[in-house]
Amino acid sequence: MRANTWAGRNKVKVRDVPDPRILNERDAIVRITSTAICGSDLHLVDGYVPTMQNGDVMGHEFMGEVIEVGRGVDPGRLRKGDRVVVPFPIACGACGACAAELYSCCENSNPNAGIAEKMFGHPVAGIFGYSHLTGGFAGGQAQYARVPFADVGPLKIESDLTDEQVLFLSDILPTGYMGADMCDIQSTDVVAVWGAGPVGQFAMDSARMLGAAKVIAIDKEPYRLQMAERAGYTPVNFEEVDVRSRLLELTGGRGPDKCIDAVGMEATHGSAALYAYDRVKQAVRSESERPHALRQAILSCRSGGIVSVIGVYGGFLDKFPAGAWMNRALTLRTGQCHVQRYMKPLLQHIERGEIDPTRVITHTLPLDQAERGFEMFKNKQDHCEKVVLKP
Amino acid sequence: MTGLATREAIKARQDEVQRRGRGLGWMSLGLGVAQLAASDTVRRISGVDDSPTSRAVVPLVGARELIHAAGLLTNRRKSMWVWTRVAGDAMDLASLGLAIAHRGGRRRRRLLVVTGAIVGITVVDLLTAVQATRAKEVGAVRGSRRGGPMELTATTTIRKPPPKVYAFWRDLDNLPTFMAHLEKIRSTGNRTSHWSASAPFGTNVEWDAEIVDDTPGEKIAWRSTGNADVPNAGTVRFVPAPDGLSTEVHVVLSYDIPGGAIGKAVARYFGEEPHQQLDDDLRRLKQVLETGEVVRSDGAPWGKRARKEFPQRPAQPLSDAEFAKGAQA
Repeated sequence: MRANTWAGRNKVKVRDVPDPRILNERDAIVRITSTAICGSDLHLVDGYVPTMQNGDVMGHEFMGEVIEVGRGVDPGRLRKGDRVVVPFPIACGACGACAAELYSCCENSNPNAGIAEKMFGHPVAGIFGYSHLTGGFAGGQAQYARVPFADVGPLKIESDLTDEQVLFLSDILPTGYMGADMCDIQSTDVVAVWGAGPVGQFAMDSARMLGAAKVIAIDKEPYRLQMAERAGYTPVNFEEVDVRSRLLELTGGRGPDKCIDAVGMEATHGSAALYAYDRVKQAVRSESERPHALRQAILSCRSGGIVSVIGVYGGFLDKFPAGAWMNRALTLRTGQCHVQRYMKPLLQHIERGEIDPTRVITHTLPLDQAERGFEMFKNKQDHCEKVVLKP
Repeated sequence: MTGLATREAIKARQDEVQRRGRGLGWMSLGLGVAQLAASDTVRRISGVDDSPTSRAVVPLVGARELIHAAGLLTNRRKSMWVWTRVAGDAMDLASLGLAIAHRGGRRRRRLLVVTGAIVGITVVDLLTAVQATRAKEVGAVRGSRRGGPMELTATTTIRKPPPKVYAFWRDLDNLPTFMAHLEKIRSTGNRTSHWSASAPFGTNVEWDAEIVDDTPGEKIAWRSTGNADVPNAGTVRFVPAPDGLSTEVHVVLSYDIPGGAIGKAVARYFGEEPHQQLDDDLRRLKQVLETGEVVRSDGAPWGKRARKEFPQRPAQPLSDAEFAKGAQA
């Protein structure tokens, strides 16, 4: 089959690889009909997530048709022919973490738990196409994928919604939603979202859906800010204005009640000096993150507010504003999305027309043009917001 | 406990190497700073103040000394860094030799004195380097090549009640499904069994074992009997977890590792981190009990036989040939 693979830092390559097969009894094989490039794929390609290997099949946002199931899969849960969206964290459904609905921390789905434990103190779940640290599972930017614990994760789509309407249930819609969910949003809340990429846009949609009074979008790309503005959010361009002053102005001096970091480890910054400081430290690997958005979110948030982090971090960061966090009674919440927890309710929101995930799609390309897709998405060419690939 | 005594001797030797390495590091720092900050004085004392080449060479040597210093003072692996000093000494002696050949009188005398000092330093460096390398070799695998007891502990929590986890473990046939090195356990009586385990280079080790303590739902203890190559014993306790439905599994294994060739092989087999292996064994026990199977990925497709975590095969599906090879391996 054809698959998009990691080919070294800053390089992806579509190549022929063997077709997947059942390895565990509860596996299913899915013929992929739609898949997507995620912002976190860029962290892998840029070389900031360790344990990638040449030839790793990438991609963790995909959906398709079940063409084979292992003999351990309960036929009441999944059958050949089912149309499914596959959540990016692989979860067994039986361990303590899964029982607590902390699916992205599943204790059983990562065969390389030993590496993850060394990096993070405790292991994390397996993730499709997302380094050997998270299990070494082949990803979904391919024609077919093997899906472990197929009777736990995949969500059956039984209505006639299009692929584009439901594909993002695999990651970015629940991820954005969890960003807002962790904020305990009240009807009086002003919510500021750092990053107007696809996850940021969905965090904004979710904040509004959960009843926020006002939603602010912070980014530097005019087209991304316009996309947010068209959806009804207040844009702040950090290259044009001082973010903190602007946020104070927009909130009567209080600061946003809830702040969402939808940027993560590769933030850019308006101040060339600060950006250069983190860029150099990251390039020589003396810190693994450029945590500017997180620092700014903590400093901007009103006292007693919540800072919710859904942007991806992988290692260690410098100049963490612990003083602001502690003295101003901030709550920091975070996590890789527990997708399985949110898929069903979000599907209902889509069916009821309360949220339209298709609004972020700017490009649809054949799988064979994945390299071009990465290039456009990374360099924000041609107003690229979200690339859907068709195998 | 000769094993323990040996280990303490090794530890003392390693501490000495660390101390001496740090001393050499401070010396490098002093020399480096002097050569960079007061290179003219250094050139005069050494008798090479007449040469324009030395104006460039002395600060360069100073910079090199700072590299030695940084390595020796910040890194625990002294052996490699002391060897870089030995290489530096060789370079210095070669340049000094050249300088002596081209000079006479007062300058030549000064050069000879400096060379004498460097020869002395070289001897110390060389001695430390050899010792550091030896200490490293002996110290590998926590001193177990010299033989002696090795005790491993590990624990995990499994979301099944203690009687169930106990019953799974008590059926000894199940142990090889999650313990990486075990091939087969055959019950030879109610409390006795015959174990076989894979050993390095495709060989096998076999021994008899007996259960010495069996408290249903709570505890199993066993030990090897007869003339086992590697006498060993183990205890596993099943403790109810605070959530009221899970079991904490606490395992203690001890091996009496012999000296000589077998000891070496065993040590190599357990690798640098025997604890990691036992942790992984328990992770697989948890997978089997909670999900029914050892979980496989494309990077680590062989379940308990996947002994190496990274680098592994790429995360892409197996070819037919790889699958056939792995299935029978």
